[in-house]
Amino acid sequence: MRGPAIEATGLTRRFRDTTALDHVDLSVPAGTVHGLLGPNGAGKTTAVRILSTLLRPDAGTARVAGHDVVREADRVRARIGLVGQRAAVDEELSGRQNLEMFGRLHHLGGPAARRRAAALLDRFDLATAADKPASTYSGGMRRRLDLAAGLLIGPAVLFLDEPTIGLDPRGRNEVWREIRALVADGTTVLLTTQYLEEADQLADGLTVLDHGRVIAAGTPDELKGADHLDVVVRAAEQVAKAAELLARIGTGEPRIDPDQRRVSVAIADRVAALTSAARELTDVEDISLRRPTLDEAFLQLTGKGR
Amino acid sequence: MTAYVMDSWTLTRRTLLQWRNQPAQLGLGLLFPVMVLLMFAYLFGGAMSVPGGGGYREFLLPGMFVLTMAFGLESTFQAVSTDAGRGVTDRFRTMPISAAAVLTGRTVADMLNAVVSLTVLIACGLAVGWRWHEGAVNALLAVGLLLLLRYALLWVGIWLALVAGKPEMLMAVQILVWPLAFLSSVFTAPDTMPGWLGTIATWNPLSATASATRELFGNPGPGGELWPAVGWPAVTLAVFVPLAVRRYRRLT
Repeated sequence: MRGPAIEATGLTRRFRDTTALDHVDLSVPAGTVHGLLGPNGAGKTTAVRILSTLLRPDAGTARVAGHDVVREADRVRARIGLVGQRAAVDEELSGRQNLEMFGRLHHLGGPAARRRAAALLDRFDLATAADKPASTYSGGMRRRLDLAAGLLIGPAVLFLDEPTIGLDPRGRNEVWREIRALVADGTTVLLTTQYLEEADQLADGLTVLDHGRVIAAGTPDELKGADHLDVVVRAAEQVAKAAELLARIGTGEPRIDPDQRRVSVAIADRVAALTSAARELTDVEDISLRRPTLDEAFLQLTGKGR
Repeated sequence: MTAYVMDSWTLTRRTLLQWRNQPAQLGLGLLFPVMVLLMFAYLFGGAMSVPGGGGYREFLLPGMFVLTMAFGLESTFQAVSTDAGRGVTDRFRTMPISAAAVLTGRTVADMLNAVVSLTVLIACGLAVGWRWHEGAVNALLAVGLLLLLRYALLWVGIWLALVAGKPEMLMAVQILVWPLAFLSSVFTAPDTMPGWLGTIATWNPLSATASATRELFGNPGPGGELWPAVGWPAVTLAVFVPLAVRRYRRLT
């Protein structure tokens, strides 16, 4: 495929008096994982529903796998998979019956649908439970069945709306492993998640939404920003002096926490910053260099931090 | 066109598989009207009188057929709203299949269910002494009217389920269906009710089908013309088919 797998310009969608999406632009290169982050109600699910042809935008355009999501919805549908927040399977059918049904509906034809269902059941470790009704499956198994259903056609673009919500760490790791394998095979993945670790682990690019607007975009490293130097001094009087020094060696305003007697600042050169802090500050309890977490970056971006 | 037929069949087949997987559920669904029939035939039947004379069971059976068709709305609602609530409908809508195929699959499956339950009930009717007296052609015509009613109500069920979006609203639908069923000539003749109630019961679409089928089967009770039993379902279909299809396409 040439060009981006997902390209959206000015996507806008209103529900009564709330604007769920407000001129959102998005560009996801083929064969990458892109994370959509944001607090609840930021517009992540609305964006996924528009891109997967479930919802029409009020304004703006989007192309997925080379086709317009409104005018060529059927051609988009032939190339995508959607795994939503709920396990969208028929609980009265067995795992195998579910996959065979969805396979037929993808027009694979009976024999091919059967083969594909069997292969996916194996791959997702559901072979032993394949002929039991899905209502007897555990949450993790249901999720895996749901994911398998999203992969029946080997979609060019896969939408995952909070794919690991409610899963235990083992289940989450399994899903992550599958997502990585898919991308290695050339699938483009758009992922929404509340778990920033998940975005950090999987995503090549991130878009942060808040109140329906894009408030930041970039790689996880870009969003995390520079390294931080943290200094904790022994006495309260020393805090001012430490702040003065850190203002000098840092690249931004130092952040001061008087209760903890802690001062921290973003820095450019790790070694230089650490040595000058160690040399010039005398009564220090702790000095540390650390990479900000995506959580910190996220909280700061969405204005919910300190 | 072939894709439409294939997809509709795949989705009808899905319901048949559900029946095969859970025969008990299907069995209970079939048993319920039989239970109501026995209850009215033996428990309340002794206290019922049919205007113009005639046995109560002869009067009751056409009513029971109508009632069973009306209750079918609940199973349609249940199936469609469960799919909507679980996100299965959304999955269908992200696949290259038409709205028509999804809705046809549902309606064909539900009509098969209606044929089976009607057959069971007719057999039970014959067992408790009910008969048709106007020949096989008229009897089949009556069955046709009953299925027409079920088909019309089925689309009401689809529309309600898509509006509700989740199966938890089933109770509300039952509250709607029961008075509709009882405020009719299904169990009792409207002339035995207080004036205004009798008027409502007479005009109830279910009464139209009950009266027409009583006429066609040659059973006692207030008979009626054929046309309202065709007209009411036709009007219902004209209103609810477009509503349901539009609702499916524009789900948000």
